[in-house]
Amino acid sequence: MSILAVVAKRLAYAAGLIFAVLTINFVLIHAAPGDPAMVIAGEMGGADKSTLDQIRRTYGLDRPIPEQYATYVGRAIRGDLGTSYLYNQPVTDLILARLPATVLLVVTALLSAIAVGTMVGVWASRRPHSVGSGAVTVLSLVGYSMPTFWTGILLVILFGKVIPIMPIAGMRDVRIYGGWFVTTLDVLHHLVLPAFTLAIVYMAQYSRLSRASMLEVLGSDYIRTARAKGLAERLVVWKHALRNALMPVVTIAGLQFGNLISGAVLVETVFSWPGLGTLAYDSILGRDYPTLLGVLFFSSVLVIVANLLTDLAYRWIDPRLRAR
Amino acid sequence: MSALSAPPPAPASSAVAPEVLSPSREAWRVFRRNKAAMFGLALLGAVLALMALGPLLWPVAPFEIVGRPFTPPFEDATLPLGSDYLGRDILAGMVVGGRATLAVGLAAAAITVSIGLTVGALAGYFGGWVDETLSRFTEIFQVMPSLLFAMVLMTLFDPSLGTAVLAIGMVTWTSTARLARAEFMRLKQLDYVRSARAIGARDRRLIWQTILPNALPPIIVSATLATGSAILFEAGLSFLGLSDPNVMSWGLMIGSNRKYVLDAWWAVTFPGFAIFLTVLGVSLVGDGLNDALNPKMHLR
Repeated sequence: MSILAVVAKRLAYAAGLIFAVLTINFVLIHAAPGDPAMVIAGEMGGADKSTLDQIRRTYGLDRPIPEQYATYVGRAIRGDLGTSYLYNQPVTDLILARLPATVLLVVTALLSAIAVGTMVGVWASRRPHSVGSGAVTVLSLVGYSMPTFWTGILLVILFGKVIPIMPIAGMRDVRIYGGWFVTTLDVLHHLVLPAFTLAIVYMAQYSRLSRASMLEVLGSDYIRTARAKGLAERLVVWKHALRNALMPVVTIAGLQFGNLISGAVLVETVFSWPGLGTLAYDSILGRDYPTLLGVLFFSSVLVIVANLLTDLAYRWIDPRLRAR
Repeated sequence: MSALSAPPPAPASSAVAPEVLSPSREAWRVFRRNKAAMFGLALLGAVLALMALGPLLWPVAPFEIVGRPFTPPFEDATLPLGSDYLGRDILAGMVVGGRATLAVGLAAAAITVSIGLTVGALAGYFGGWVDETLSRFTEIFQVMPSLLFAMVLMTLFDPSLGTAVLAIGMVTWTSTARLARAEFMRLKQLDYVRSARAIGARDRRLIWQTILPNALPPIIVSATLATGSAILFEAGLSFLGLSDPNVMSWGLMIGSNRKYVLDAWWAVTFPGFAIFLTVLGVSLVGDGLNDALNPKMHLR
């Protein structure tokens, strides 16, 4: 199958998933106890019957359910996810303004977790019975067991009080003016702690995973052949073995993108990082349902896109898949 | 026929015959030799003992304001772990706070495993359109970030312990489903399942009595890990303020003191450490079970 045909098929499939997520969102709104009009009215400071009717007409809540569903899906496809009660702004605008921060955080954390995790895993696989290798196994379990938000809070205490060399909140320092270079440095400086906090759990998992898969791959025949024909050990490990050992890491990383966004919600809340997570948190505090559901929808779309990219990355790593 | 059912010939020297253990005893033998796993088990035992006996040893009401706010730990004998921003006793919260966290974790893990096992078993066993439908269904839940999904559920419905259990269970079952599906797909092709089918066993019997026992080891490991992640999940939701505000839990302690971390590090550090130790215990036990229940590992 050509790459275009594959992409087309995947895209159609992704569209189906997006539709399904929209349907779940719609069901959730209507399954929740309470009258949505009352909720909206509550936000506006209570209301009499005529105001409630007014709200029902404005939001189309007086129409039959199937019609509401059709309107909801139709609007969402055109990018209209409703209006935030809290900010009095279209939800889509709010989300698009917050999206870059979350993508920056999540992608930085994911890439550094893959890079560091794989390096550590490969290193540990070279001497599987050494103390260092055992320490990697134990440390990865420790990293996996720490609640993400707690790790973040510990870092906030450490860098906020004990050694104040890192910013512990926000994404920019308002006291710093300058060109794009200074701004970029400032954002990167703010990014260090949140990205590290988010990456810890995944570093732990990927180092374990790549250690195990390297051990398996290093025992296989083609590695023995590569060694027998006199290739440098460095080449055998980093070029021949790692390529195959990376497969499970890429698979898991693709599957975990959703978890990564979940983790980002907690990390953003701890570090006041202005992304989708803090938006979701604020909309919970303000009972702003359209925004909350909008964040759920958009982040699901983000996961769908990430899955698509994983698929393509897979083909890049494994040439055998390209032939299919 | 009689030749087949005859006992295997006795080994030449019965004195060196290896001791034959039942699979579960064999697994326990391997588990017991694993120091990390035994440490995890001890850790879990300690946490459970603390939860059973703690309130008897330290009978202070966790919601009661008993002292000066922001009392640091190890200074006041009546407040050994200090007090929070309201003047509530941290130690009192510590000794009861694990109950809700652990109960929600275990119940949610039970739901996760029931949904995941059922969906995965049916998809893997029947294959074809059943597999296709269930796998698509699983994928929908997989693309929705689980914590956000649970946050929406907790916000739309009332934030009680029951809702927390259902919400966590509903959003975390997909990995168990994938695992169960793969196991059932592999096992259904084995000869022993074919023979059972050949002598007339029905689907229901084949799924639950023929295949399931052999699919159990990885599912038990996955259930253990699910418990660990459900505990982390409950803690995360409580941290965001989405838990029953009338039930003291470690997550709630962290969540309510979050704004004061720089003034009272102890109020968040101790409950977080308790969550960490509990999950570490569960992970170590899960890891040990993985080694003990995986027959290939015994050869190493």
